[in-house]
Amino acid sequence: MAAKPMLHYFNGRGRMEPIRWLLAAAGVEFEETFIDTPEDFEKLKNDGSLMFQQVPMVEIDGMKLVQSRAILNYIAAKHNLYGKDTKERALIDMYIEGVADLNEMILLLPVSPPAEKDAKITLIKDRTTNRYLPAFEKVLKSHGEDYLVGNRLSRADIHLVELLYLVEELDPSLLTNFPLLKALKARISNLPTVKKFLQPGGARKPPVDEKSVEKSRKIFKF
Amino acid sequence: MAAKPKLCYFRGRGRMESIRWLLAAAGVEFEEEFIETREQYEKLQKDGRLLFGQVPLVEMDGMVLTQTKAILSYLAAKYDLYGKDLKERVRVDMYADGTLDLMMMIALAAFKTPGEKEENLALVVKKAKTCYFPAFEKILKDHGEDFLVGNKFSWADVQLLEAILMVEELDASVLSDFPLLKVVCEQPHKAQEAMNRDKDFSKICLQAFKTRISSIPTIKKFLQPGSQRKLPPDSHYVKTVRKVLQL
Repeated sequence: MAAKPMLHYFNGRGRMEPIRWLLAAAGVEFEETFIDTPEDFEKLKNDGSLMFQQVPMVEIDGMKLVQSRAILNYIAAKHNLYGKDTKERALIDMYIEGVADLNEMILLLPVSPPAEKDAKITLIKDRTTNRYLPAFEKVLKSHGEDYLVGNRLSRADIHLVELLYLVEELDPSLLTNFPLLKALKARISNLPTVKKFLQPGGARKPPVDEKSVEKSRKIFKF
Repeated sequence: MAAKPKLCYFRGRGRMESIRWLLAAAGVEFEEEFIETREQYEKLQKDGRLLFGQVPLVEMDGMVLTQTKAILSYLAAKYDLYGKDLKERVRVDMYADGTLDLMMMIALAAFKTPGEKEENLALVVKKAKTCYFPAFEKILKDHGEDFLVGNKFSWADVQLLEAILMVEELDASVLSDFPLLKVVCEQPHKAQEAMNRDKDFSKICLQAFKTRISSIPTIKKFLQPGSQRKLPPDSHYVKTVRKVLQL
């Protein structure tokens, strides 16, 4: 039987979380090795396990993969969550890159200088309600289907719903004017694999807190 | 006959350059519309062609595509530059993503204050020398083949060449300091081992890779003056972008 994928990252969301979501949604059980100390990180680097000296790193199918985008592409294709042809794939890629851009802004918020935080939050909220959510709501409205692309579950739905949860954590009122997105969120959350992931004790990681930011700073030296 | 892809962006490298490189490498002729004014940009947004209100924009095959990586992946797949199977594809993705990260740092540095810009660019050169280029050199050394993945020309090779040339613009000596030569000079017993494995050193270093990929006819053409390859960002480019995007 094939070994379970092994995820290498610190014990928090960061850039590994979309990978956890996607594996979970695909029904793939995985294991995690948490980088808890600077020494853990040095060891991984010295082992030659990290192609560009960075994590996330995922051991899967005999490979040690880095670059979260590459990892996600591989998992999505392997588990049939990447559309049925190159044109659907292009649409999915376009949507998920938008999701990734907003996700990146939210991801970096905890490590931005305190003086800049308020301005950043305002910008995130503005982009959310004026750029990203309207675009996705429009896509769903335009075809009236249950999923973003090809009338079938794809990674685009998973990544978007992950983002909607983050947006909600930031400010629940941000989702108010987006009924189709709220419905998508509910629908995807009810998929058995996703439901399991979202339950307490599931592999989903909690929101970032001050303590874990400090810890990451020490380990990754930034 | 199919219409040529149409690119819409500023007259400069930015996030569109890797797309130009890939199209050129694939031997695909393309047209360009250059954004010079705020009005042009607002019209694009009003027209609804920009999914997230942003460029790059590429119209091809009946699609209106934005998001650089989505466009690059589509092109790589369409022109058979994405490896032969999923395992090769993930390697192409890993390598392409790494080089894109490096090149984006350079593109963004153009918009920083002079002091910050210098600092950021110095950091890019350092990362290239200590992290990225050694990683690619090791890949080439380990399999001894002409191309990064699957012994066949791919998107990964195009982007690595693009990145090498971009970093060389910042520091012309960046490729001269690579570990393989150091091993040969400083640890002769290891050099013997390497030599026994592959007598032809010139095949397996980045310098040779650069020469080899640059000589591919489509790439050679793109590297000549008068091609659609764009110049490094200058103050005029930065000014135009700031004005159009109201940064």
